[in-house]
Amino acid sequence: MSAEATIDQETQNAIDIDRAKGDFHFPENHKYDAGVGLSTDTINYISDVKNDPDWVRAYRLKAYETFLSKPMPTNWATEDLNNIHFDEIRYYLADGQKPMRNWEDVPAEVLETFERLGVPEQERAFLAGVEAQYDSETAYSSVKEELEKDGVIFVNSTEGLKEHEEIFRPWFGKVIPTGDNKFSALNSAVFSGGSFIYIPKGLKVKHPLQAYFRINSENFGQFERTLIIADEGAEVMYMEGCTAPKFESTTLHSAVVELVAMKGAKIQYVTVQNWSSNVFNLVTKRGLAHEDAEVRWIDCNIGSRLTMKYPGVVMKGERARGEVISIALANDGQHQDTGAKMIHAANNTTSNVVSKSISVGEGRATYRGQVLIPKHLKGCKNNTECDALMINSNSKTDTYPAITVRGNQHVTQHEASVSQVSQEMLFYMQQRGISEAAAMSLAVNGFINDLVSEFPMEYSVELKRLIELEMEGSVG
Amino acid sequence: MSLVIKDLHANVEDTPILKGVNLEIPKGEVHAIMGPNGSGKSTLSKVIAGHDDYEITSGSVSLDGQDILDLDVDERSRAGIFLAFQYPAEVPGVSNANFIRAALQARLPKGEEIDAVAYYKDLYSKMDVLEMNRKFTARAVNEGFSGGEKKRNEILQMMMLDPQYCILDETDSGLDIDALKIVAKGVNAMRSPDRGILMITHYQRLLDYIEPDYVHVMADGQIVKTGGKELALELEESGYDFLKDGGLVNA
Repeated sequence: MSAEATIDQETQNAIDIDRAKGDFHFPENHKYDAGVGLSTDTINYISDVKNDPDWVRAYRLKAYETFLSKPMPTNWATEDLNNIHFDEIRYYLADGQKPMRNWEDVPAEVLETFERLGVPEQERAFLAGVEAQYDSETAYSSVKEELEKDGVIFVNSTEGLKEHEEIFRPWFGKVIPTGDNKFSALNSAVFSGGSFIYIPKGLKVKHPLQAYFRINSENFGQFERTLIIADEGAEVMYMEGCTAPKFESTTLHSAVVELVAMKGAKIQYVTVQNWSSNVFNLVTKRGLAHEDAEVRWIDCNIGSRLTMKYPGVVMKGERARGEVISIALANDGQHQDTGAKMIHAANNTTSNVVSKSISVGEGRATYRGQVLIPKHLKGCKNNTECDALMINSNSKTDTYPAITVRGNQHVTQHEASVSQVSQEMLFYMQQRGISEAAAMSLAVNGFINDLVSEFPMEYSVELKRLIELEMEGSVG
Repeated sequence: MSLVIKDLHANVEDTPILKGVNLEIPKGEVHAIMGPNGSGKSTLSKVIAGHDDYEITSGSVSLDGQDILDLDVDERSRAGIFLAFQYPAEVPGVSNANFIRAALQARLPKGEEIDAVAYYKDLYSKMDVLEMNRKFTARAVNEGFSGGEKKRNEILQMMMLDPQYCILDETDSGLDIDALKIVAKGVNAMRSPDRGILMITHYQRLLDYIEPDYVHVMADGQIVKTGGKELALELEESGYDFLKDGGLVNA
């Protein structure tokens, strides 16, 4: 009845069944290729191709130096990071086209890729705007006309920094400075693609905006850069999805996402990632919440070889709120190292972290949390809950919460639990005629049920389906 | 057409628990197994259901002529065996309605979906028989349930899954008299020429409400005595002491 300690090839293939949808790629057809490895030449090549303004080129080159000077954070993070060979990665692959506004104008194979992933269909059904990135650059970008008229900007980062410099530049790299960590520095040096969004004062965008990040090429690094600014009183929900085919060699995805919620604004950022098991996913995400503003990260991490991601919120204005809701599923051969960072920087700020992780087989789930409330503040609140579900005895889960509260005028709560899908629970469910795999996925869905309802409807259905498929492959 | 157990031997961690059980439960009959603690009654129910803590060393269990010992737990269930647990497990976060629905869905051919309207209609009518509150459907399976609620939930699932053979393991334990009457009402409603029922119980009390056709006494891993319903009354009066006096009478 129990899952095997080591998983054979057949089972491994079955685990990857859910990624079959994304497991295809087309022959490469890139006009621009920065080649293999990283040097100042690579960066100049990218800047040349993209026709960067001088300030951006200088920013990149400086970031490259920062990247070189920073050691791998293996003093606290996994040694597996040493298996990333920066000199074997290709940093820029693009066909030199500007993003298209109509799907008809998108190159045939790129269009087919996104059609197979269901992106145009979702756009018609429930989205206010879509950006679709294929390797380094955005292939398609469109926002509903009425939003454009209202002054909403939804473009890729290249267009953002060139055509909206007056809004883009003051915030770019301000929420996450280049030197925040080694991978934010790398992204700052070689970034391309990603979204730039500006929502004007008081505008509440009803439908979500979505970006889809697709890796098509082997040995490739995707480094999108996203900046979302919601002006005073504005509201927006942004969703991102990601897939890559399963290559023999490793692929690197290292994004930087900065959110700025001005006074009274609200930004919700939803991620459902389903990377194939060869992807190193090392992402830095942080939001800045001004007075009465709210930033929520709703994050689901399935797949990848190693994910390191700790979405954060800096609560800079009074009564600002920050929230991280996260689900991580670590299957055999995967390590989900996720968590949250809550920095209270004003009085009466509130943060909430709810994290649920599931480890299956040899899968490993790590929670790292940081909550900082300095001494001079008063009336701050934090609630942290992290629950882990283990599917068999080989699973590993660890929790590193760091809650630093100075002063005594604050309220913090921390709860953690570790539970198992017990043999008795499985026997009970199977005795009702439910197969072992279906029983596992029922148990897992039950465990995350209250969090799934935080995802938009269309995503929660997808999420449940992904988990079902994931569990189907994980029982021997 | 019957559930037939022949010379069944089973061990748990090399300790023999069942030592040659012979029992036949034809459709249309209600059988009760009584016996002292540790006699192997509950083990028998788990072995029939396919719990993998037990190693079957010899013997057979067949369902209408088909040997089921090679089937997985869920396959046995779908073949028609239902076990009402003495201690039902909790399934956190999964609602009762979804759980029962998943069990019914598992019985349909691939690609076929349960008709949700008909399902709820059926579920509610059976809950009415068991005098269960409608709010119960949204509660997580057995989580925070009282003993009585758990047992009623077992009977509800049994009624919904409509099995050919029902095994009730100590269904009366932990029930007050009112709850016992309701549970008995559900079980009696399930009596049918197309269904065999096996009740495992320590006390005669349950048999006042669900009248068995046959009563078996189990001791030390074997059925040692079989009789009609009056046997249960005898046991109630004189207890299991006769087992110690070497008065073993094999039926």
